Amino acid sequence: MTLKLKDKVAVVTGASKGIGAGIAKAYASAGAKVVVNYAKDKDRAEKVVDHIIDLGGKAIAVQADVSKPADVERLFKEAITAFDKVDILVNNAGIYDVVMLEALTIEVLQANINTNLIGTILCAQKAVEVMGTDGGNIINISSTVSVNPMPGTLIYAATKAAIDNITKVLAKELGTKKIRVNTISPGITETEGSHEQGFMGGEWEAQLVEQVPLGRIGQPDDIAKVAVFLASDDAGWVTGERIQVAGGQI
Amino acid sequence: MNLLLKDKVAVITGSSQGIGAGIAKAFASQGARVVINYRSNHRKADQLVDEIIEHGGKAIAIRADISEPSDIAQLFETTIEVFGRLDILVNNTGILEFEVLDAITPENLQAQIDTNLIGTILCTQKAAALMIKEGGSIINISATTSINPLPGTLVFSATKAAIDNITKVLSKELGPRNIRINTIAPGMTETEGSHEKGMMGSVFEQQNISLTPLGRIAQPEDIAKVAVFLASDDAAWVTGERIQVSGGQL
Amino acid sequence: MKLKDKVAVITGSSKGIGAGIAKEYAREGAKVVVNYSSSKESADRVVDEITRNGGTAIAVQADISKIADIKRLFREVNKTYGRLDILVNNASVWRYEMLADVSEETFLLQINTGLMAHIFCAKEAVAMFGEGGGSIINLSSTISLNPIPGTLIYCAVKAGVDSIAKTLAKELGPKNIRVNTIAPGMTESEGSTADGRPGSAMEKYYLDQTPLGRIGLPIDIAKVAVFLASEDAGWITGERITVAGGLL
Repeated sequence: MTLKLKDKVAVVTGASKGIGAGIAKAYASAGAKVVVNYAKDKDRAEKVVDHIIDLGGKAIAVQADVSKPADVERLFKEAITAFDKVDILVNNAGIYDVVMLEALTIEVLQANINTNLIGTILCAQKAVEVMGTDGGNIINISSTVSVNPMPGTLIYAATKAAIDNITKVLAKELGTKKIRVNTISPGITETEGSHEQGFMGGEWEAQLVEQVPLGRIGQPDDIAKVAVFLASDDAGWVTGERIQVAGGQI
Repeated sequence: MNLLLKDKVAVITGSSQGIGAGIAKAFASQGARVVINYRSNHRKADQLVDEIIEHGGKAIAIRADISEPSDIAQLFETTIEVFGRLDILVNNTGILEFEVLDAITPENLQAQIDTNLIGTILCTQKAAALMIKEGGSIINISATTSINPLPGTLVFSATKAAIDNITKVLSKELGPRNIRINTIAPGMTETEGSHEKGMMGSVFEQQNISLTPLGRIAQPEDIAKVAVFLASDDAAWVTGERIQVSGGQL
Repeated sequence: MKLKDKVAVITGSSKGIGAGIAKEYAREGAKVVVNYSSSKESADRVVDEITRNGGTAIAVQADISKIADIKRLFREVNKTYGRLDILVNNASVWRYEMLADVSEETFLLQINTGLMAHIFCAKEAVAMFGEGGGSIINLSSTISLNPIPGTLIYCAVKAGVDSIAKTLAKELGPKNIRVNTIAPGMTESEGSTADGRPGSAMEKYYLDQTPLGRIGLPIDIAKVAVFLASEDAGWITGERITVAGGLL
């Protein structure tokens, strides 16, 4: 069986849990060497690495706050030290604050902007630098709310809409460098994060599931499979695109 | 003659010149009392106030740097002191830097985010709190590039895509309070700014015209007429919408 | 093999993108029905190539602008394979005309082949899909969102095609039937050769504007069609994927 990402090196930000961890594991199963980036959750990140190694794959965990240029510099340096190159970047790190307009503070605004927007741009910048002339692949993780936002998601959705647009610009700027750039927009997905924030197991979840034609909550693996596709040659003619992976949820 | 904005009080950020000034003049000619906000161009702002008054309208100029939260607070406090109410906010101010990915610095990234994104959100927050009694109309000025971005406009386009999304969220959050919020997305417009940036009389202008079914570059008045419509009761059933005003250019 | 033992019907697959998808599906283990309207020789060539490479395929004639032919097509699929898993609505016809030249005849031709057929083929396919559900893929075009003068009817048809997946994803989701759209950009195929486009000024314009710097090939589209039909896309429905080297 061909491994779709054989010998590729992937940096996945925010990969200690949730969708990021799902993508990291799927990439490793597809033959990639993976850099599991985390901001705070060292233990969880190392568990992801252990899981990958146990299955015969290669991975390291690297701490970095993607909103800090020096951290991003270090993240990619450690990736190169460990694996000699970077082929794939998945901008997955993100925070999600549900706050109505009148309750928003500058601190909350800046925090969401830092991780979701600035972090994505800084990592993309660095990745392009290290990808050099060999080409590469950038996948930005957005959300259904980037197109169909609900009350309370103002800053989160705004940063995700910004990400969708960044994908389009970068696809045009980086095409000649053979770097493809795409967006994956998940809908409601069961993760440690969605549990921690209280979205799971209740009326809210039930209401959301009703809006999902395929009748369930998403799992990280649902998203990961599409991330593998986009990073592989099977998607060689797909760039500048946004794929919603949400069981049909709008 | 029926004045569409009779006695309405409107704040237009960044309106000492360009599209903002065009909107201010159009609003004033429709009976609105207008606040010309400027960051540093004291002279132009005062000239505009004089022009409006000469034509029988009402206007004052208020200095505020939209990237400064305390300036924003002052802007709205002074508006209430002078005019006693607020009916319309036009979030027009924005910074456009042409730069490809590797030229973006953390500083210019944050600067554009501060004015275009955070500034718009904070102004909107203030305005919504003041419109709470009788409702109102908020208009965000975006750009064609928020959907169809050009290489070299990464940060600007991303902030405009974010603005488009904010319009959608807030139309849902503020609708129950009878506050409408919409986006106008202009294409290339002849302004002091586009002259200063060398966009006028260039290949860029020619390319734009060739992509524009109506065969010319926009004037501020073209945009202003749509702003008057959206601010008025003629658009009472329009909220959460994005209207592209670009002579047909996509 | 991502589509092992799945039965797939691809309309208009005697050449171009349709043929590309048929061949790739067969390579991934699917049993393929190569539908054609009049190009029997081309359709047989596609079937031969597939079988020579160890795959399974049959050619079935049907003019899908006629509902009676559509019904016959699916009856034959049922007779041969007894099941259906995947439908690719690929067939379409287009005429380049400005508004003043549009006629009822060209309108009906394009809408019957390109939109009505999509819907009635979907209807037949859904009736045949089993308990496990199925996958419908509609071929649209980047042009549906970015039309140029002369493409009025074609774009209206493709905009209609874009809409189908959105509605049917919701209607059929509970039955585990996924419905998606692929929007190719300019793709080299016998169809575009016939209109004289490769080597033209229009081609040069497209090349300049395409981030990945070349014209698309049927295989580029086919790989995405495999993905959408496979379990890897199990969580994707109601979606439209542009496959155009970045020229959206």
